[in-house]
Amino acid sequence: MNWMRRIGFLLSITQSHGIARRYFVVNGFDGALTMLGMLTGFYVSGGVRPELAVSACLGAAIALGVSGVSSAYLSEAAERQKALRELEEAMMSRLDESAHGEAARLVPFAVALVNGLSPLLVSLIIIAPLGLAHTRYALTVDPLLGAIATAFGVIFLLGAFLGHVSRAQWIWTGLRAVLIAALTSLVIFAIG
Amino acid sequence: MPAVKRILLDILKPHHPNALDLAQAIAALRADYRVSLKVTAVDEKTESAELVVEGDAIEFDGIKEAIASMGGTIHSVDGVEVSGSPTEPPAKGS
Repeated sequence: MNWMRRIGFLLSITQSHGIARRYFVVNGFDGALTMLGMLTGFYVSGGVRPELAVSACLGAAIALGVSGVSSAYLSEAAERQKALRELEEAMMSRLDESAHGEAARLVPFAVALVNGLSPLLVSLIIIAPLGLAHTRYALTVDPLLGAIATAFGVIFLLGAFLGHVSRAQWIWTGLRAVLIAALTSLVIFAIG
Repeated sequence: MPAVKRILLDILKPHHPNALDLAQAIAALRADYRVSLKVTAVDEKTESAELVVEGDAIEFDGIKEAIASMGGTIHSVDGVEVSGSPTEPPAKGS
């Protein structure tokens, strides 16, 4: 059994697939909205140099990633240990050497990675137009506007993914997420 | 050496991995194993099951280990079928 299948098996026996998926979307949305907020703020204040915007956004993205990994690991490790002890009581035997023991040790890492990498990855995609501003891959539009448009695109995809998971109309769940992002931007414009 | 051809075990297992996963894990131990698993009682976190393994020469320790690795335990060995094959021919005149 290769490690990917093994992790899949451990997520399955602990019923953690849903948790990982939820963390992916929730923290991805956090990352996307944070980036959108920062980018809109830069735009409202008259724009900044792309390098400065990249540094600021990257700093926030790294902080979101580290926060995601550490908070999810601590809470998941505690939850998995609790679940393992309860199962041990029901089974009346130690399960440290079983797949459940392995899951209690490894699943928190896997879920924490999803939780941390999701906002980091989403943020890197969103700030890509800024990072590429002075390269030959630069967009023809203002890089700040390009990054804001990318943020809306990513937010739509996250919403659509939720719709796909819940077997609802993905286009509506995507648009609903975009509406939340648009409201956020409007508030920033209003107070900016 | 006598070979165990069939063994019936009463086991206790968590709900996950499910009966299919556990049966497959045991069947994967040897190509000649045939496994049948029937859940007989379901509790809040555990379930009892009757496990039947058939094969040319069943290795009990391997099965016990596979069950333990999936979080299960063996309650009792409820039935066995063993085929004898004497290692020495019977003495003449006996």
